[in-house]
Amino acid sequence: MRYLPHTPEDIRAMLQVVGAADLDALFASIPDDCRRKEALNLPEPLTEWELNGHMDNLAAGMGASPGTKVFMGAGSYHHHIPEVTRQLLLRGEYFTAYTPYQPEISQGTLQTIYEYQSLVCRLLGMDVANASMYDGASGLAEALLMTIRVSRRKTVAVSRAVHPLYRRVVETYFAPTGFEVVELPVGQDGRTDLSGLKDLGELAGVALQSPNFFGCIEDMAAAGKMIHADPKTLFVAAFSEPLAFGMLKSPGECGADIACGEGQSLGIPQSFGGPGLGMFASRQSYVRSMPGRLIGKTVDRDGKTGFVLTLATREQHIRREKATSNICSNQGLCATASTMYMAALGGTGIRQLARLNRDRAEYLKASLAKAGFSSPFSAPTFNEFVVRFPDKFEETWKALLEKKMVAGLHLEPYYPELSDCWLMCVTETIDRDDMDTLVKEVTR
Amino acid sequence: MKEKMGTTGLIFNEPLLWEKGSPGRTGISLPRRDVDEAPLDKALTGDGPDFPDLSELDVVRHFTKLSQWNFGVDSGMYPLGSCTMKYNPKTNERQASLPGFAGAHPLLPERLSQGLLALMHDLAAYLGEITGLPAVTLQPSAGSQGELTGMLIFSAYHKHTGKPRSKVLIPDTAHGTNPASAALCGFKPVAVKSGPDGILVPEAVAALMDDDTAGIMITNPNTLGLFESNIRQVADIVHGKGGLVYGDGANMNAIMGVVNVGDLGVDVLHLNLHKTFSTPHGGGGPGAGPVCVTPALAPFLPVPRVVKDGEVFRLDENYPLSVGKLHAFYGNVGILIRAYSYILSLGKCLKQVSQYAVLNANYIKQRLKGDYHLPFDRPCMHECVFTDKFQQEHHVATLDIAKRLMDHGFHPPTIYFPLVVSGAIMIEPTESESKETLDQFIDAMQQIAREAKACPDCLHESPQFPKVRRLDETLAARSPCLKG
Repeated sequence: MRYLPHTPEDIRAMLQVVGAADLDALFASIPDDCRRKEALNLPEPLTEWELNGHMDNLAAGMGASPGTKVFMGAGSYHHHIPEVTRQLLLRGEYFTAYTPYQPEISQGTLQTIYEYQSLVCRLLGMDVANASMYDGASGLAEALLMTIRVSRRKTVAVSRAVHPLYRRVVETYFAPTGFEVVELPVGQDGRTDLSGLKDLGELAGVALQSPNFFGCIEDMAAAGKMIHADPKTLFVAAFSEPLAFGMLKSPGECGADIACGEGQSLGIPQSFGGPGLGMFASRQSYVRSMPGRLIGKTVDRDGKTGFVLTLATREQHIRREKATSNICSNQGLCATASTMYMAALGGTGIRQLARLNRDRAEYLKASLAKAGFSSPFSAPTFNEFVVRFPDKFEETWKALLEKKMVAGLHLEPYYPELSDCWLMCVTETIDRDDMDTLVKEVTR
Repeated sequence: MKEKMGTTGLIFNEPLLWEKGSPGRTGISLPRRDVDEAPLDKALTGDGPDFPDLSELDVVRHFTKLSQWNFGVDSGMYPLGSCTMKYNPKTNERQASLPGFAGAHPLLPERLSQGLLALMHDLAAYLGEITGLPAVTLQPSAGSQGELTGMLIFSAYHKHTGKPRSKVLIPDTAHGTNPASAALCGFKPVAVKSGPDGILVPEAVAALMDDDTAGIMITNPNTLGLFESNIRQVADIVHGKGGLVYGDGANMNAIMGVVNVGDLGVDVLHLNLHKTFSTPHGGGGPGAGPVCVTPALAPFLPVPRVVKDGEVFRLDENYPLSVGKLHAFYGNVGILIRAYSYILSLGKCLKQVSQYAVLNANYIKQRLKGDYHLPFDRPCMHECVFTDKFQQEHHVATLDIAKRLMDHGFHPPTIYFPLVVSGAIMIEPTESESKETLDQFIDAMQQIAREAKACPDCLHESPQFPKVRRLDETLAARSPCLKG
């Protein structure tokens, strides 16, 4: 086998040094009644070309972009990934390294992640960012647990317009804790209705998402003011489409205490939903309550600048019974990919790209409106929006699958009251011709 | 090769990203504008982030230079104990980047996602076969999230039986994340001291196990690299009091095809795909931490689960006792593809992986035990633990040994872990290293042992070759500078 280097001679020589008669004798410390009696029931090993054929077959049946035109976002976005990101990421020195426990020979990872933290702070308008979380959903759960640690209160409020699958992950994390999650309703315009906030008692944190699950841009600045009417309540600004901050006010500008969300949009393939990138940032004063890894700048013995993992006392390997979270490995390479992507875009690029996403989505929204399909919500949107289709649209939608087109996400399973509504998404990878074709097909 | 591996290469200086570039440049090409501009309310818009503007070549050189300051498995031997830094086969990258996989939206209709659903279904079945615990979720994004999932299952199980419990036993030789994972689920972690030979004593467990204890979390082989040979008695004690046994399977690399974990009395086990199943660690993840359980605990696994109806695969949400969801979608599918590719490449030969991993560790242990102090001189599994006891009389510590190894061209082993061994040096060569490489590593370690006697200051001054020398970690923690 090409991954296993030992020849029979090597094995013989090494067994002799070890003093074992054969390979089985190496396991003498395992009691007999703990040994596996039967061989592994696994297939014969595949050669590299057999494996390629098998995997090509599995991949061929997938309705993936760009072969299929997917007008669906909902927390996973098809953006163009520049080849420079893809190829740089494959450099073995990044790809095959471990968590940078030995900083002297991990400066590549360390400086890159320090740059990641800095760019994330600039994008989200925050003071400190950690070196990544698993995904947007668990990041939100960790953010809400953090508001409980900071405020020493026991209830959090989450908008119903936050991604429904993120809210389910939050429920899972909260289930064994005894802390409570209450839901904030959605108003007529598609934005969170905060008018009942003051009746909810002492809240540790309030979480809103913008753009929210319906694609609506929340009035985050106004929300921030209302939430901070109680100075002990933390404002958690969640997101699933960070590209929007190329043109929208950042969470920090709107007064968020914690900003968290999914970073897949920033140069990471969709890969059926994972790996993505949990982005997580907060105000400076909360840094010691933050979960996850942090990289800090320092100097070496000669006074040269270098980088290390830092503030590790919050982590498992020092005071294990008192750790802030159990996170150790998470999405380092995805953070690296997004750093390369943000570097390639630059400030000029991200502003232009965000604008193009919004403009193309508005074109489809206007075209559908012209064709007689309106949106139930009036709030402004970024690159996603909800549209109401007539009864039996589901059949049209299914017929379009045959034409390699996924015409949005049906909202009924997530919001039964929106049973005739579909969530549409347009990024820079969908052009005007694609949109015109879609409109023609759905009006047929 | 007779010469020392380490040498000074041509290493470039490189500024921080925002010290480069010039406003107005860009490193990407944008699609042509084919629609009109749609104005947006000024109250909602901002100026956009203050990112530096770089050309594509600026970006390529920046990250190429930075990469040259890094050490990876592709660069050389990376014997980081407990982390299992084995070779990451290149074919796995080809498979994970197939457009059908990489470009797949997670909410595609089932009809358009049969390929990945089939892959996930079969991978779960293979992991069930390898562990002997047949019900499997692939959803947790890392080993630590797998531990959390396991503890959620403990919690849900005891709640379901009508008697919620408050404590979890954790041996001192377990992985560091275990107590935090238990605490996140509201359990109080209770430490169990190992015996003088580094393994669990059934009597110690019996003394602590009561009917308010949800169960025990056992790392096996443990973090001393030793097999917990009393595990069956321990499991009987825990089960006898109505508790569950959690197996931390991070060290599965040692026992594939040798031990059926299900037979040991383990009820719940997580695997680290990025360790045992060769997916790259990427400088800090992503990993994947599937959890395997007994059929009795299957109803508690996270949803959705992939099921096969006739010839069709679908996602099933209908498990009312499920702990819920751990990931917005289905976990780190890109990592699952790599692990699946690895399992198919080796198939039945996975047992050889464990045999060679254990052979390599015992070979190193045997050849270095005259030069370094071995606290537990027993046959080890896939890793062995030394200490700096012999070197201390020359005022050389574990840290100095580790740093000196860099100058010899090796990544240092894990140091000061496990915590139960003072000045620990934990070496895990993995099965992918050849005898020649192991011999070079042993030579380097022996030379360092000689240097410790002859010239302790050479070690205190190491490393000499990397781009930076020893870094001031206290300064970094005392006055944190976390962004620029």
